[in-house]
Amino acid sequence: MTEFVATTPGVFPLPDWAKDQLGSLKGHQKEDLVDGSEGTEITDVYDETRATVADWQATAGLDRVVEGQLRWDDMLAHPLCVHDAVETRGIVRYYDNNNFYREPVVSGELTFDGDLADDLDALGEIDPDAPTQAAVPGPYSLSELATDEFYGDEGEFLDAIANFLAGEVRAFSDVETVFVLEPSLVTNPPGDGEDERASEAIDRVADATDADVVVQTYWGALTEKVHAHLLDADIDAVGYDFVTNHEDNLYNINEYGTKEEVAFGLADGQNTLVEEPEKIAERVAWVDEQTPGAEFETMYITTNTELFYLPVSRCIEKLEALAAGAARAAEVAQ
Amino acid sequence: MSREQFRPAGHPNEHFILTTVVGSYPKPKWLDRVRELHDDPEGDFDDGEWEEATDDAARIITHEHERAGLDAVVDGEMRRNEMVEFFADRIEGYEFNGPVKVWGHNYFDKPSVVSDVEYDDSWLVSEFEFTDGVADRPVKVPITGPYTLASWSFNEAYDDDRELALALADLVNEEIQKLVDAGARYIQIDEPALATTPDDHAIVGEALDRIVADLPEEVRIGLHVCYGDYSRIYPEILEFPIDEFDVELANGDYEQLDVFKEPEFDLDLALGVTDVHVAEVESVAEIKANIQKGLEIVPPERLTVSPDCGVKLLPRDVAYGKMENMVTAAREVERELDAGEIEVGAAVADD
Repeated sequence: MTEFVATTPGVFPLPDWAKDQLGSLKGHQKEDLVDGSEGTEITDVYDETRATVADWQATAGLDRVVEGQLRWDDMLAHPLCVHDAVETRGIVRYYDNNNFYREPVVSGELTFDGDLADDLDALGEIDPDAPTQAAVPGPYSLSELATDEFYGDEGEFLDAIANFLAGEVRAFSDVETVFVLEPSLVTNPPGDGEDERASEAIDRVADATDADVVVQTYWGALTEKVHAHLLDADIDAVGYDFVTNHEDNLYNINEYGTKEEVAFGLADGQNTLVEEPEKIAERVAWVDEQTPGAEFETMYITTNTELFYLPVSRCIEKLEALAAGAARAAEVAQ
Repeated sequence: MSREQFRPAGHPNEHFILTTVVGSYPKPKWLDRVRELHDDPEGDFDDGEWEEATDDAARIITHEHERAGLDAVVDGEMRRNEMVEFFADRIEGYEFNGPVKVWGHNYFDKPSVVSDVEYDDSWLVSEFEFTDGVADRPVKVPITGPYTLASWSFNEAYDDDRELALALADLVNEEIQKLVDAGARYIQIDEPALATTPDDHAIVGEALDRIVADLPEEVRIGLHVCYGDYSRIYPEILEFPIDEFDVELANGDYEQLDVFKEPEFDLDLALGVTDVHVAEVESVAEIKANIQKGLEIVPPERLTVSPDCGVKLLPRDVAYGKMENMVTAAREVERELDAGEIEVGAAVADD
């Protein structure tokens, strides 16, 4: 019997009141962004926003609650952008989006920071019983978003980032699930040899926690080889983006198999058109039908991408659609 | 089409390098204040007063452009708030659902296309007529292109962004026809989104075909694309039905100039010769050196010069200083060309 889990990859939009308030408190230039040393006034606002988005998720009825990654001014590059051994330089484009982040340049050893664990602890204080989910950038994506001026070798740099992320994940207090976001595996696939190393790097991060680890891939499908290597990692599920490319993702699953748990990106994180719950349930049934060889223990039902691309009202509606869609899928499956 | 229609009477030199701007200009502080009062439901400013204020601002900035000596002027886009929002607000089929992040704490009211896009009232004709009425020089009209209007919106209604962009191209065509009927002869289509997704150059080309359909020969069509890797859209852009391609290269210190050398660039080149991200006015000598970079690509009679991009984020005195020095530099380069003192690149040596 498949368990349906409605959740998201995290990285939420700030509530509109906080957009204004934080803009006024912090400023609008690149030197004004989060660096890990925010004062009480700014921290208080973030605490309040975290409670707000936790409430959105609880009210919608999601099965996992993320802290929203609201401090991630630099999106997936955040854990490096706040690190002491990293300088942030110019504003660079975030994948093929009309979004920008500060380029993190690693200029020293990537030692333990604790920034991600602190935010998760802050979520835990809001509702200690909530089924918590963490989100972290995948080591390969984070290495692709950054520039190395310390390690000097691509392989060593990836290893260093994997060790750093593993340290951060090890510091997480109780979480049910960890989503590891790896869009770069799709958008800029690792070449021969590098693909194996990327998989080992993910393995190292996954090994740092007892929670279920889901590696979410998006903006297309993995190449066959990268997919095959990813399955070698000791993770619980691969996330597939069925919004942007259902054909190749289906092919990968049917041709190479997948883990016993799976995540399906079935709602569009980058479009304001809100899917009907019935539509989401139909997509679940369709994917299940199209993968006759697979029997899933757990199916995570999510948006394909992070959620910060959306205006707040539509983001909340997406959460509701995911929760209702997963509930409907469970009914249909019975 | 001929650029000679933009040569001012009494132009001092035989050579003519067309000087212009990309479009936006810092708004006078009092206009921002009037906007706040007009937006505030408790404020005491009605639509008529808002219109009067924008008329005043447009007149002042148009005259400021003329005083700087530009050959083709713009009103500094005094009536526009943002390059997608302004148009989305005027096109049937769009709705707004709230701000989304661009970077840091900078947001944009990214609209959603929720039904078929339709042309309602004209978008820019009254703006053009006003500016044309107060200007002594020819007026250039910047207009956001259909690809950018499509890809910087949420598309809820069309199968894909190509379908939406082509539908919007028909509306842009309708608007440009109206502008041309009103007397506009210089239209600049802004497509910054092409820099985001360069693989979509074929969609932009297809959209441009629709935009220029049935336009008279004497209308000059420019295309502005900024902040991207031009090698990913060159030489494909040479196939576009445009007269002029407008690039931002001063910001990158002309590192990408060589992209346009092979194969031969056969459009007119509108070259950014001052950096809009540096709040200091470049010297005339520095701008002259930048103008001469353009002469490595095209002969002087096919060269237009402007700042890299819109200058709205600069302090107003700096924006003015950049234009003034740019015009001085262009006139000096023309004089030196007349006197045979400047080596012009291969493009002219071949003549």
